[in-house]
Amino acid sequence: MLYREAGQFKTSYDKDQQIFPIRQDRIAMIAVLLAVFVVIPLLTTAFPAAGQYWLSGILIPFLIFSLAALGLNILTGYAGQLSLGTAAFMAVGAFAAYNFVLRVPGIPLLVAFVLAGVCAAGVGILFGLPSLRIKGFYLAVATLAAQFFVVWALVRFPWFSNYSSSGVITAQRMVILGYEFDTPLEKYLLTLSIVGALALAAKNLVRSSIGRAWMAVRDMDVAAEVIGIRLMHTKLLAFAVSSFYCGVAGALYAYAYLGTVEPEAFTLDLSFRILFMIIIGGVGSILGSFLGAGFIVLLPILLNIGVHSINGVLQAAFAWSLPAGLTSNLELMVFGGLIVFFLIVEPHGLARLWQIGKEKLRLWPFPH
Amino acid sequence: MLHRTKFVSTLAALAVAAFAGAASAQEQFVPLLSYRAGAFAAGGSGIFGGYIDYMNYINMKEGGVNGVKLVWEECETEYNNSRGVECYERLKRRGGGASLVQPLSTGITYSLIDRVAVDKVPMVTLGYGRTDAADGRVFPWVFPMITTYWSQADAMIKFIAKKEGGDDKLKGKKIVHLYHDSAYGKEPIAVLQEYAKKLGYELSLIAVPSPGNEQSAQWQQIRQIKPDYVILWGWGVMNPTALKAAQRSGFPREKMIGVWWAGSEEDVIPAGAAAKGYTAAGFNVAGDKLPLVQDIKKVVYAKGKGNMEDDTRVGSVYHVRGIVHGIITVEAIRKAQERFGKGKVMTSEQVRWGLENLDLSEARLKQLNAAGMMPPIKMSCADHEGSGLVRFQTWDGNQWKVVSDWITPDKKMLRGMIEESAAKYAKEKGITPRDCSKES
Repeated sequence: MLYREAGQFKTSYDKDQQIFPIRQDRIAMIAVLLAVFVVIPLLTTAFPAAGQYWLSGILIPFLIFSLAALGLNILTGYAGQLSLGTAAFMAVGAFAAYNFVLRVPGIPLLVAFVLAGVCAAGVGILFGLPSLRIKGFYLAVATLAAQFFVVWALVRFPWFSNYSSSGVITAQRMVILGYEFDTPLEKYLLTLSIVGALALAAKNLVRSSIGRAWMAVRDMDVAAEVIGIRLMHTKLLAFAVSSFYCGVAGALYAYAYLGTVEPEAFTLDLSFRILFMIIIGGVGSILGSFLGAGFIVLLPILLNIGVHSINGVLQAAFAWSLPAGLTSNLELMVFGGLIVFFLIVEPHGLARLWQIGKEKLRLWPFPH
Repeated sequence: MLHRTKFVSTLAALAVAAFAGAASAQEQFVPLLSYRAGAFAAGGSGIFGGYIDYMNYINMKEGGVNGVKLVWEECETEYNNSRGVECYERLKRRGGGASLVQPLSTGITYSLIDRVAVDKVPMVTLGYGRTDAADGRVFPWVFPMITTYWSQADAMIKFIAKKEGGDDKLKGKKIVHLYHDSAYGKEPIAVLQEYAKKLGYELSLIAVPSPGNEQSAQWQQIRQIKPDYVILWGWGVMNPTALKAAQRSGFPREKMIGVWWAGSEEDVIPAGAAAKGYTAAGFNVAGDKLPLVQDIKKVVYAKGKGNMEDDTRVGSVYHVRGIVHGIITVEAIRKAQERFGKGKVMTSEQVRWGLENLDLSEARLKQLNAAGMMPPIKMSCADHEGSGLVRFQTWDGNQWKVVSDWITPDKKMLRGMIEESAAKYAKEKGITPRDCSKES
């Protein structure tokens, strides 16, 4: 009833082509933006203790992983090129941003982030070259090489970490136009703005001719070539854009989140986590990247808190609690079980669930 | 109906208990960023088990620190940096604020260094973490106590030199540093190279990618080098793998010297007979005959409150190391209470003062029943390491046997390196070092 587009007429092509053609969606989007840009900052200032935890423990990593998942989704979900090198591209971004700020005096931070993204894009193109010849799982193995090579190179050449004895880099302070971003709230707003702008750009990119070319290549590359899409150009562009996003995510990971990073923070494990994010969130969906990141980042935390509170209740009621080792492993078991459950119930991810929900809502409360 | 009222009253009691817990002022909160799942669960469960056992012991035996009960909450990090940061953020304001945090992971330590300075929560890293944080002028909130990786590397070279019969005997010898390829494994390289220059031995660096369960290529290389000694700087599964690989390539285990994270029962028992004769460092000794371990068994385990699921691990290297974590936590709080009021809950800033002024002399350790179990510690504003002593133990196939006295590293040389590195960090971060003569 509420979610109906009846009576909304479009009188121009522009109106028909906007991102959210339905009025209710636009209202919802404005509400979300208001919530994240205004309500959350107000709430976290009102409750500083809890607010700090939410910002620096949950929201900032969630946004950064969303951005990395978005990057991988462009490559895997839209252009159909499977990649296991996401963490490596993030590492390139983090170390490039560090080196730009360190070695180019007075470079604006945002410029350093963009250049870090460009560096990652360059590395992405390099490791994307095999995609012209090999596909699917074989390509995944080729990108795996990126994963190992990049981490190896960052460890092996101390120049990258400015000859630090342990190979760890410490992100410099974040100063933009003389203003220092050092509180969690400021870091959150900076991360949110960057992620928001890049998500908007990605959404428009995939609706443009470039995005359509990616999808054509994904669906059948021979057919795409026949209708005049240049395969090399399209695939490498997908690698470049995807790695750019991952690179910026890596720079944010170092600057806005951890502060100090070692190359080993960007392991294959992280690449897999991001791959799981897009599989669970929805392959080939911008929204899915956010949903998937939310699922993978937040669920273990929720489970941890949940198991702890169950333990607290047991402790108070029966003066007995689960052994600590079991509590920790229980979390992993439930997490694994939930992933399997989700993939069986909805193999196309959370984004598809959302879409089904929207279709149902359109008819509601009538059966058809 | 009866059931329901019972349920409701239980719930009400719970709510009251929860509020009472929050309101009670006589509790000192300790956050535990523990890991009992994942690849490093063996180390995590032992150390956090010992840590909790000691806090329970103090609560049960003395009713807390001068009557202030210790309370804690665990948060599973899986040894993962971002999980660790989340746990820290979650627990730092619990129950009146965290007293101090011991992350037990070099990676998490690095991620928290900036945060603890902002939040004013002291971070204690016993035998891991960032070495140059020993310069307390630049890192007022970080305490790499007892010993750092640089002291460890130094002590290893001293130990090897002693075995060979003097510093000059190392000339022309070949030493392989077989290390876990991470910040942890690379930390000692600077010191080993410095000594290579000074003493004239030939140092080869061989990295093992994490987690280290595949080392055939590395041991191939070692066979070609034919070293006189192999320094094993591993963690978790890498250690038994290395010992087995050494046996296969015929390298004598007597010539392998491990770091203190490669010197627990969990590292040698899986390697079976291959581990016999292997020597590793430690800043605590082990054994369930230690008087303190005996007392903990009597006070805590006899009442069924012990934290270790496997009783045979009580008194193991990691369990005793956990007890050392507990002793330092409790003694820092006690020291702070001496100055800021006995029987009061200390804030994190007061605990920091307690850590900085901690003096665990031989006599004090004796009072604590821990003489010989850990080295004496004397902290100061400038020196956040406080000891630097390590001891070597050899695995005889059944247990660890202490084979050396406490070895003192070359403090002067290390201090110079620490100050140089800390000054570089201070410059990068724009920190002005504290003037220690003005601290009280």
